[in-house]
Amino acid sequence: MGSLTVCENLENYDDVYQVIIDMHRGMTDEESEKANAKLILLLANHIGDLEVIREAAAIVRSNTPSTKAE
Amino acid sequence: MPYVPPSFKPCVPAAVSSGDVEQTTILVIGAGPIGLATALDLGLRGHKVLVLDRDTQLSDGSRAICYAKRPLEIMDRLGFGEAMVEKGVSWNVGRVFFKDDPDPVYSFDLLPLKDQKFPGMINIQQYYNEEFNIAELEKLDNVEIRWGNEVSSLENSKDGVLVTVGTEMGPYKLKADWLVACDGAHSPTRKMLGMDFEGQTFKDNFLIADVKFKAERPLERHFWFDPPFNPGQSVLLHKQPDDVWRIDFQVGWDIDREEIVKPENVTPRIKAMLGDDVEFEYEWISIYTFNCRQVKQMVKDRVIFAGDSAHLVSPFGARGANTGFQDADNLAWKLDLVLRGQADDALIASYDEERSLAAEINILNSTRSTDFITPKSHVSTVFRDAVLELAKDQPCIRSFVNSGRLSMPVPYPYSSLNTPDGEEWNGGVEPGTNSIDAPVTVGDKSAWFINQIGWEFKLVTFVGEGGLADDERAALKKLVEGTAPFSVLLVGPTEDADFDVLGDPTGLLAERLAAEAATTYLFRPDQYVAARWGALDTSKVAAAMRKALAGE
Ligand SMILES: Cc1cc2nc3c(=O)[nH]c(=O)nc-3n(C[C@H](O)[C@H](O)[C@H](O)COP(=O)(O)OP(=O)(O)OC[C@H]3O[C@@H](n4cnc5c(N)ncnc54)[C@H](O)[C@@H]3O)c2cc1C
Repeated sequence: MGSLTVCENLENYDDVYQVIIDMHRGMTDEESEKANAKLILLLANHIGDLEVIREAAAIVRSNTPSTKAE
Repeated sequence: MPYVPPSFKPCVPAAVSSGDVEQTTILVIGAGPIGLATALDLGLRGHKVLVLDRDTQLSDGSRAICYAKRPLEIMDRLGFGEAMVEKGVSWNVGRVFFKDDPDPVYSFDLLPLKDQKFPGMINIQQYYNEEFNIAELEKLDNVEIRWGNEVSSLENSKDGVLVTVGTEMGPYKLKADWLVACDGAHSPTRKMLGMDFEGQTFKDNFLIADVKFKAERPLERHFWFDPPFNPGQSVLLHKQPDDVWRIDFQVGWDIDREEIVKPENVTPRIKAMLGDDVEFEYEWISIYTFNCRQVKQMVKDRVIFAGDSAHLVSPFGARGANTGFQDADNLAWKLDLVLRGQADDALIASYDEERSLAAEINILNSTRSTDFITPKSHVSTVFRDAVLELAKDQPCIRSFVNSGRLSMPVPYPYSSLNTPDGEEWNGGVEPGTNSIDAPVTVGDKSAWFINQIGWEFKLVTFVGEGGLADDERAALKKLVEGTAPFSVLLVGPTEDADFDVLGDPTGLLAERLAAEAATTYLFRPDQYVAARWGALDTSKVAAAMRKALAGE
């Protein structure tokens, strides 16, 4: 299994982006943080493939330089 | 009055005054649950075993309370599994609560597959476990326990160990062919051999109270995340025999460890949880910090580590003693065959291979549970709470809830003792995995499959209506004569002149082993599957036996 889809895969990117932003409407930063986590968990379950999630996590990790010492 | 576990007279052997060097085959250091089980297993196999413990009392307070199905099956083989279940509180269901919601966010059943002899888990105080084990040991002349005997120095070599033992009247020396170090988390043996104990300490404390009160509550494990009676922290409640309840309060890192265990400081917590009018008395209160650690090698020349001396886990998941019993189970038959000259030291090396893997997996599980229960960062708290909030409405999220993944036996799918499947299987029990149980019949009596295997290698073969074919019978007889610790068990409808027969009237055994006529399993003495085939071929069985004895 595995292989994260990294080619364009959505019909309308603006719609999807708006759904995500709308989900947060009226939320405090704290609530938004939790909502994001819930969204990730639900989507992870939908994807149903550890390797795909691992690949996505690796891309995000290297795309997000961290200045915090381990 | 709180229960006081039995204590024993300190022993001063003759060697203290004579100055002789004593000699024994197997020396076990530590009469905790794992040392006792190791001694019993080897003793029942006829070996001379000496157990030394520096203490003169069984474990006070109650440490381990949860004993899982697999260790119960091991204790049953040793003769005290039924005593455990009779005294213990059996349970299969656990429920997880979040904040003040009276309905659980998640519930689980530890034993989804019913019709097995033992329940998923029982709760019972550790001193009962030790008492039942000692009662069995007392029936043996070839096992001796010496209380008040402390090992203080140790020389290890390729062909034996020499230890110095302190008693209240002075020291003596002792030589042993093999030493099994079951001397607990702070293992002096480990330190005397200069071995590391790598891992981590979790920066949190747990206040553990065993309290006695009468209440009608369900026999279930209840776990709370962030309840009003311990805000921001977790609480765990378990029922033990004798109306004793175990309550674990997570209390954080910055606390005064001496103040917090005083009854006057614990009582308000308990009243907040159970109500102001509850009447109770204390059995035991203490405060713990948890570690996950492991030795790099469980075997070093003639010293073998088992139990807490080899690995430590946090108690969420009840994997400590439960894992240790499985060490003893894995070790005893191997050491037995090596001592009898039927296998060489490579079989002992497989103990290290299999049980180090088990320890690693237990530590992984226990570390993950601890991370979920006591999140280490802001973002892990956010995710943890996200899971708990979402789980109630969305069943697909519930399996993320981790309040402790309770002890399950670890399979050894890549063990060097396994013969991998040579054909496609649709289910059943894979090589390197412990057997499933099922109801069977022996003659006209009901019995359990788990009690029909173990102690020696067992070849279990399913036969059809006609029984064994003549050539199969001849080949099997030859095989049994050629190898010592091995016997044959037929599963089928007819009696047999040469071999024991099991009935499977419910068909559950065949179903659970994915068996049809001619399906054959080779079980190791610890009830793990060594190999399996769709048809009986005795030359393949002989090869699998050699492999399972680390012979090739
Ligand atoms: C609060 C708590 C709750 C737990 N709950 C569970 C649970 O629910 N389920 C579970 O499976 N596990 C549980 N555990 C873990 C469990 O108690 C241990 O894993 C278990 O006791 C380990 O047994 P052992 O025989 O390896 O070591 P121990 O029980 O520690 O025994 C070691 C023995 O060695 C002796 N000894 C040490 N040094 C020497 C020496 N130099 N010479 C002679 N003798 C020596 C000691 O006196 C002691 O008797 C819990 C632990 C704690 C603290």
